[in-house]
Amino acid sequence: MTVAMPSRRMILLGGLGAAGALVVGYALWPGRRLDKADALAAGPDERFISNWIKIAADDSVTVVVPHCDMGTGIYTALAQMAAEELDADWSKLKVEAAPPDPLFANGALAEGFILQGQGLSPDSIPSFLRGTVDNTFRTAAAYVNIQTTGGSSAIRFTGVYGMRIAGAAAREMLVKAAAARWNIDPASCATKDNTVLHAASGRSLGYGALVSDAARYSPSANPPLKPRSRYALVGTSIPRIDIPKKVDGTTHYGLDVKQPGMLYAAIRISPVFGGRLASVDAATVAGLRGVEKVVSLDDAVVVVADRFWRARDAVAALNPVWDAAGNGGVSSGRIAARHTAALAGNDLKTDLTQGGGAAALAGGRLVEATYAVPYLSHAPMEPMNATALWRDGTLEVWSGTQDGLGARAFCAKVCGLPMEKVTYHLMPMGGGFGRRLPGFFNFLDQSVRTAMAMPGVPVKLIYTRDQDMQHDYYRPNVTSHFKGALDAKGNAVAWVNDYTTDDNANPEAHIVYGIDNQAIRSVKVPTHVPVGPWRSVEASWHGFFVESFVDELAHAAKQDPLAFRRGLLKNAPRHRAVLDHAAQKAGWGTPMAPGRARGIAMVESFQTVAAHVVEITIGNGGALTVDRVVSAVDAGMAVNPDGLTAQIEGAIVYALTAALNGEITIDKGAVVQANFPDYEMVRLADCPQIEVHLMRSDYPLGGGGEPGVPPLAPALANAIFAATGVRIRELPIKNHTLTLASR
Amino acid sequence: MSIKLKINGIEHELDVEPDAPLLWVIRDEVGLTGTKFGCGIAQCGACTVHIDGNAQRSCVTPVGSVVGKQITTIEGLGAGGLTAVQQAWIDHQVPQCGYCQSGMIMAVSALLKTNPRPSDDDLAGAITNICRCGTYPRIRNAVRSLAGKV
Repeated sequence: MTVAMPSRRMILLGGLGAAGALVVGYALWPGRRLDKADALAAGPDERFISNWIKIAADDSVTVVVPHCDMGTGIYTALAQMAAEELDADWSKLKVEAAPPDPLFANGALAEGFILQGQGLSPDSIPSFLRGTVDNTFRTAAAYVNIQTTGGSSAIRFTGVYGMRIAGAAAREMLVKAAAARWNIDPASCATKDNTVLHAASGRSLGYGALVSDAARYSPSANPPLKPRSRYALVGTSIPRIDIPKKVDGTTHYGLDVKQPGMLYAAIRISPVFGGRLASVDAATVAGLRGVEKVVSLDDAVVVVADRFWRARDAVAALNPVWDAAGNGGVSSGRIAARHTAALAGNDLKTDLTQGGGAAALAGGRLVEATYAVPYLSHAPMEPMNATALWRDGTLEVWSGTQDGLGARAFCAKVCGLPMEKVTYHLMPMGGGFGRRLPGFFNFLDQSVRTAMAMPGVPVKLIYTRDQDMQHDYYRPNVTSHFKGALDAKGNAVAWVNDYTTDDNANPEAHIVYGIDNQAIRSVKVPTHVPVGPWRSVEASWHGFFVESFVDELAHAAKQDPLAFRRGLLKNAPRHRAVLDHAAQKAGWGTPMAPGRARGIAMVESFQTVAAHVVEITIGNGGALTVDRVVSAVDAGMAVNPDGLTAQIEGAIVYALTAALNGEITIDKGAVVQANFPDYEMVRLADCPQIEVHLMRSDYPLGGGGEPGVPPLAPALANAIFAATGVRIRELPIKNHTLTLASR
Repeated sequence: MSIKLKINGIEHELDVEPDAPLLWVIRDEVGLTGTKFGCGIAQCGACTVHIDGNAQRSCVTPVGSVVGKQITTIEGLGAGGLTAVQQAWIDHQVPQCGYCQSGMIMAVSALLKTNPRPSDDDLAGAITNICRCGTYPRIRNAVRSLAGKV
């Protein structure tokens, strides 16, 4: 099937005032805007020919990407999308990061949400962008300053609404320029490999020779786009451009920044969230080698030294006195009790009612269960860090974040300077996963404040792993209660779900399954523990809850879990096809050896549908081995199939770590876990065989970085139930004792 | 006091304490930043270097313990052009964020010197480095492709 997309003209004429302002920011750049872009980010002999595309006199094409590199391969994939429409010669293509300047704000991202009907109302800001949006002024205008990389948005929004348009608009301008020079109809021209061709006369002109002429035309907001059937670059597994520099140590991350005269800073933050630094005796470390200064911040103490290890050892030697600000008694147990009370209380807000709602439970056999997931840390391999230089009324900052422009605006706010006085250097990230999104910039705040205490000296602040793990913005701890009803034939007739939330209701709790009577409610249970988006965000918990409870209903109905789901997906052919594909590739239903079992789960997130079949072995002593994960993924089509495959593989490993081991607990108001031994990771020895099967459909391009996460935990828990009869209702799995079912 | 370290074949005379961690001396004193900091307690392997050809976690290695030994970092590993391991990492498109890969490549390179055809189990037993991006399946495939080639 084909999904109709609103045309860009519709949006512009649609009276979306705020959106209009955004769209002007990139797609309808008048020439003068391109001139400004030239001044800011074009090299000698280069011209911005369209938003985000520079062409140089020597024919080389540079795609300017308003995102950062955190390992998902988007510099390659987005360049493929732009180059496809531009008919660029891939061998001459260069890719660079957009400057963190409002001129290069990612309006396409905002427009994507407008088109998807997903955003911009006060209660429906997608959570990965929440930190970028002013809480009192949640309007589209607030998106003007974003270059966010998150929400699996690069391909489906920046690519679809930005890069393709930029490439096609640039091509159109180049063709117009060539046709004018030859005095012919532009429609008689073709383009290939950085060249405009006129077949009838045999003439051709390279893009480089046309740049100046082409720049006189205004880029069209609505250039003709290629149908997928004509794609030559998009849909191919072009090797990633960033990889060669990642095998020889030459990619410079934020941690690797070097500046003349640079000093190093180590930090200890109030262990209790929201706590304050009451006092610290700096004299304790005054005589230590290399120590330059002890800086007291509101909620932390920092030691600046000539070398990092000296700063680290000195800050560890301090004895700061903390004021826990009333939160020193909070524990995970107390938070869980509050969840239970809230779910039993009167503050639940209805999110969705369908058919007879909860009253329909009376019409069948009741199945009931309560699920919970713990707080999780992101734990990217590169701990949080930033280098800052405060000098003569200016600020210069180097750091890897998931939003260069957002980070620059944030730093300006912290130091009180206008944005023009703040330079921000966006560095590649050693992992992001949501941790480095705007709204979660504690490390930037502390880095800037430390630099302000050290005028004229660049200072690199690095979190040790324990600070990184204990001062994260965690995947929330969530409790979800279900009631379902089955009629005499085993059909699901009612679905009732109440869950806790740190924010608003989560659309991710809505189910794709065709159950006539539904009631979904949520209740806010705020805590002092800071929370934030963690790879796949709300889908990471609701995927586990929903797909586990559906499995419970299937078993209660004495039906095969796949067949039961298929029966509820009669009106969701896309989802059923993905489920079927995973099942078929995994050999669902074929006999397995004793102690082995399969589980299945399917979740749509970020416009991509993913289903996993997980195969496990339970040893005689109850030891769990995850043998194989077979995944089917419908993301419309894959811009770079090998890149998408890598993302799904990585998401499966990330989710497996969380399902098996992931648990941040709170005691006396603070995080208990401090480093990898107590927040254990899946390593090679625990990594299953992973098979990813990409499907091709006519649906819009879906996200790639996150959708592989949500189905993993439920598919694994469902396999454990099949093998042992133990239903995992609380993660992580390490907290459960497994024994083989006596069957 | 001064300490002499031989890193990638070059001798460096450094004014550091003998108990200073090799990782930070390599990074901050010598200025080679390809070796990464991940955990500081020898858990993750991001800081893996070679000491006389053997993989070692530099974050807990006091510089005083490696005086007179050959220290090799990722910068030294491929100094004469990409090694077979590095090339396999490109061929199999292994890295994602790439941050752990210096350590992974150092660890795998050392393993293949002593065991040129490691089984999957050998590999899993020897390589305990953490990759948060989850590149393990590709590491496995890359190492399989290297059997007998290093």
